[in-house]
Amino acid sequence: MRKLLVYILLSFGAVITMWPFLWMLTTSFKTLPEATHGGLTLLPSEWQWSNIRNTFEAAPFGRYFFNSFLVAGSVTCAVIITSLMAGYAFARLYFRGREILFILVLTTMMVPFEVILIPNFVLIGKLGWYNTYAALIVPWCANAFSIFLMRQAFLNVPQDYYDAAKVDGCGHLRYLVKIGAPLVKPMVVTIGLFAFLGSYNALLWPLIVTTDEAMRVVQVGIMAFYGDAGTRVNLLMCASTVVILPTVIIYFLAQRYLVESPLGAGIKG
Amino acid sequence: MDTLLAKLDDLFDSGANRFRDAPIAFFLLLPSLTILFMFAFLPMMYAFYMSLFGGKQGMGDFVGLGNYTDAFSSSAFWNSVLVTIYYVVGTVPITLLISFIVAYALYRIAFARGFFRTLYFLPYITSTVAAAMVWRVFYNTQTGYINAVLDKLGLPAQQWLLEPRGVLHLITAGWIPHDIGPSLALCCIMLFDIWQGSGFMIVIFLAGLSAIPRELEEVARIDGARSHQVLRHITLPLLSPTLFFLAIIGTIRAFQSFNSFYALTQGGGRTLGTTENLILHIYANFYEYGFWGYGTAVATLLSLAIMLLTLIQWRLIGRRVHYG
Repeated sequence: MRKLLVYILLSFGAVITMWPFLWMLTTSFKTLPEATHGGLTLLPSEWQWSNIRNTFEAAPFGRYFFNSFLVAGSVTCAVIITSLMAGYAFARLYFRGREILFILVLTTMMVPFEVILIPNFVLIGKLGWYNTYAALIVPWCANAFSIFLMRQAFLNVPQDYYDAAKVDGCGHLRYLVKIGAPLVKPMVVTIGLFAFLGSYNALLWPLIVTTDEAMRVVQVGIMAFYGDAGTRVNLLMCASTVVILPTVIIYFLAQRYLVESPLGAGIKG
Repeated sequence: MDTLLAKLDDLFDSGANRFRDAPIAFFLLLPSLTILFMFAFLPMMYAFYMSLFGGKQGMGDFVGLGNYTDAFSSSAFWNSVLVTIYYVVGTVPITLLISFIVAYALYRIAFARGFFRTLYFLPYITSTVAAAMVWRVFYNTQTGYINAVLDKLGLPAQQWLLEPRGVLHLITAGWIPHDIGPSLALCCIMLFDIWQGSGFMIVIFLAGLSAIPRELEEVARIDGARSHQVLRHITLPLLSPTLFFLAIIGTIRAFQSFNSFYALTQGGGRTLGTTENLILHIYANFYEYGFWGYGTAVATLLSLAIMLLTLIQWRLIGRRVHYG
């Protein structure tokens, strides 16, 4: 009886949570009058599949998607590689100044992004990177949190693996690529997923370093689309659906590998 | 590939001593450290320096702390401080409470737990901008979904995101002056962020709850403790590190909120300034008006405030946290 009540509460909450998505999905396929004056009906009377084509014709979403995938894909690969390298170095190598370097890396986690936003904007200008992919990609290719998490993952790999490999004549680099990285795969997937989501969903940075329409990423593109076509609700919802879809698919693909602990890293107990 | 790696390994091997790994460590750390130095350390130092200069679209005359005194005497600045505080106080505790209730409910069930967890987590991974477009359509004054529901219920339509009057003013039918408390428009943004932010906290709470040894609760039950007593004296104290972590993370994020404010209000004005939080204030002054020095000055103040607040929370709550 009590359990039933819990299920009712959870279902109620789930409906509220999912309702905007459901409505977005079905409105994507409504006619314009139905989308604006259809009242509370959820399902379209007739599914307008042509809305997808119309949306891509109304604004260069193809281009926006190309930009977003290129940027988010590059950032994801780069973050995985840099954090594997640095995480391994901090976890398993011995060198002078290791502790102090690691602490310096961690302090960058405490700097709020808005304080470095304007200096970074100036720096990008000095480098001549306005309206380039470099401006969207390079500053995000490494971050302290991912390095920290990867170090934790490597610390959990028993030292014996390395010692055995070393006896067989394997050096650090070969060990890292052939043995170390596959062993920390769940962490690689987790860091990769959040790097992708962070980059794909970013708005403020792309907004200020790109003004050229051809350089717009989807998040900036959809804001512009709202300005141009905000009254065409069905197409706006269709655009939102296609923007959200890739992240949902990637989340489902990555879900079974995800490590939960990094989400709440820093928690003891 | 394999031989290349082996060759590189030989190259970096500098013989046997305690710090023999230095060459290879240098190679492995170089990319990360270069990027962190260029785009985090350097700008961090440069930000304060920039805040000491006046001028538009660049750095003009040296004005010392002039930008800071400008901020303190500007009503727009203090307004954005107030908006930010309303927003933090209005979202963080409610999101924590809702997330805890849902997470605790999920913790108590076995069947379909993963399914519900995924559903609740979805808003968090989706693009704030795209989701905000849906909510903008919901909040629309003429054709919006919410006004249509109110109409069905026989209630008067509201202005939602376009309403600069205080929500307390509207609830009390004008008894409280319209400029006291958060505007209805700001509350609309808060509601959106509670909806989007809960998923993250639910997942973390659930992970925290699952880490609590079941035996402790079972023992308490055998000793005759009721559900609410177990919750109050066993579960909550053991969950306090998680709660503490989420309160701090949630507060920091709320202070830095930009996407939802921008995506929900851009093009619709800023509802007479009642939805201009500190980040939007910085963005407007820096990007729209070109006051770089002023922008970095307010940004510096904001980050100092965030660090200070984190420290206070640390001391206040941190002391009462039980690390099992």
